[in-house]
Amino acid sequence: MKFLFAFFGSAVIASAVMAQAVAPDVMIKTVTNDVLEIVRKDKDIQSGNTKKAIDLVEAKVLPHFNFERMTQLAVARDWRKATPAQKKILIDEFQNLLVRTYSKALTEYKDQTVVFKPFSMKAGETDVRIRTEIKQAGAGKNIGMDYYLEKSDTTWKVYDIEVADVSLITNYRSSFTTEVSKGGIEGLIKTLQAKNKSIEPEVAKK
Amino acid sequence: MKTILLSRMKKITVVMMAAGLLAGCASSGNPKDPIEGFNRAVFAFNEGLDTAIVKPVATGYEAVLPSPVRTGVTNFFSNIEDLFIGVNNLLQGKVPEAISDLGRVVINSTIGLLGVIDFATDAGLEKHDEDFGQTFGRWGVANGAYVVVPVFGPRTVRDTVGLVLDVAADPVANHNPTRTRDLALVLRLVNDRANLLAADKVIEEAALDKYTYVRDAYLQRRRKLIHDGNPPREIEADAEQIESSSTVAVATVEESQTDSAALAAIHLTVKLANADPARRN
Repeated sequence: MKFLFAFFGSAVIASAVMAQAVAPDVMIKTVTNDVLEIVRKDKDIQSGNTKKAIDLVEAKVLPHFNFERMTQLAVARDWRKATPAQKKILIDEFQNLLVRTYSKALTEYKDQTVVFKPFSMKAGETDVRIRTEIKQAGAGKNIGMDYYLEKSDTTWKVYDIEVADVSLITNYRSSFTTEVSKGGIEGLIKTLQAKNKSIEPEVAKK
Repeated sequence: MKTILLSRMKKITVVMMAAGLLAGCASSGNPKDPIEGFNRAVFAFNEGLDTAIVKPVATGYEAVLPSPVRTGVTNFFSNIEDLFIGVNNLLQGKVPEAISDLGRVVINSTIGLLGVIDFATDAGLEKHDEDFGQTFGRWGVANGAYVVVPVFGPRTVRDTVGLVLDVAADPVANHNPTRTRDLALVLRLVNDRANLLAADKVIEEAALDKYTYVRDAYLQRRRKLIHDGNPPREIEADAEQIESSSTVAVATVEESQTDSAALAAIHLTVKLANADPARRN
């Protein structure tokens, strides 16, 4: 009996470890389908309830993103100018902005379906691109949406998204550089905070 | 028609030149955007035009017409555009793509009921995105400065020259009689705008500064399109200047605001049109 318990116990642990090392394309597919499934059923999100969409994104999507890496890439050269405390604020504020933007996109693109492009990966690869396309009702051409993922330890995390050939990170980098050149790291933090505050009332009233 | 358009573009170029000279000192230092002061003014003008007229009409259009009808309208214009895309693919020496574009037109114009239904995509013939600006880019013409063209929006010097040819070669703009042409042009504009309503809201949410956001997105997207989706990745690099190299002609429109650059580009267009694009690489 004891032996059986030990056997099943280790099997459970083993499957948990395997679940962690899930392939990046499988992960993107699962998360995307889960989120879209919920959005399709949720009338509140469909009618533009951003707060609910944000909760959904925070619970389902956020754990799969490496915001520290994203912020570092967006701030680029100026990253070393920031103190550890400033870095933490930057990561928090940027994460906040991205979560809101993503949630907004979810409430706006209700009738979308996602097509997953074929994906293959060499053994030992730690940096991959997963290509998907968004089919939108009314519009002709599909919108490309690519995820860039990096493997650290056993988990894959997204560090950039490319929508319609536009990389989120690269796009923010130019704005961030301008802000830092105008008002230093503090200036960039202030701008990000002001931006997040400006979209807050809209969330609160819903 | 063409002469009117060309003279109009000439006027715009002159305005651009004048503003470029004026705005020379009003730049915030982005090397790709030397006439930022002028561009911001035109951007504000375009936004105003959009807020006052185009966006409200597009919003009403979206509310009134059910999405299958709008898809039909999108497909109809997309089918006409495929012919033009095919020509550009041919000019870039991409023969299989050009044949595929032609195949799309044939399929969609017939069993697709004059293009209203896009059967070709379902049949595996992918829709492409090409224009004269991209063709020049493919031939090795550099971007030149970023320019916000009145009404038309973000371009670069090279893409502005491309735009002149795009408009001149546009089957819808060249349609006779003028009455149906004007109606078609308005319908296309409103439909295109309606398709962008959602994206617009997301950009408002995402952008720290809409002008910069749109500019950088445009420059990134064009770079990507010219490389047909596979440009060298820019993520770690600070800046990347070289677009592509060409053995046909290594002609570079310097980042200059004078219209001599635009004229040189037009001149070059004529020269390149006589060259064999297939010799590229």
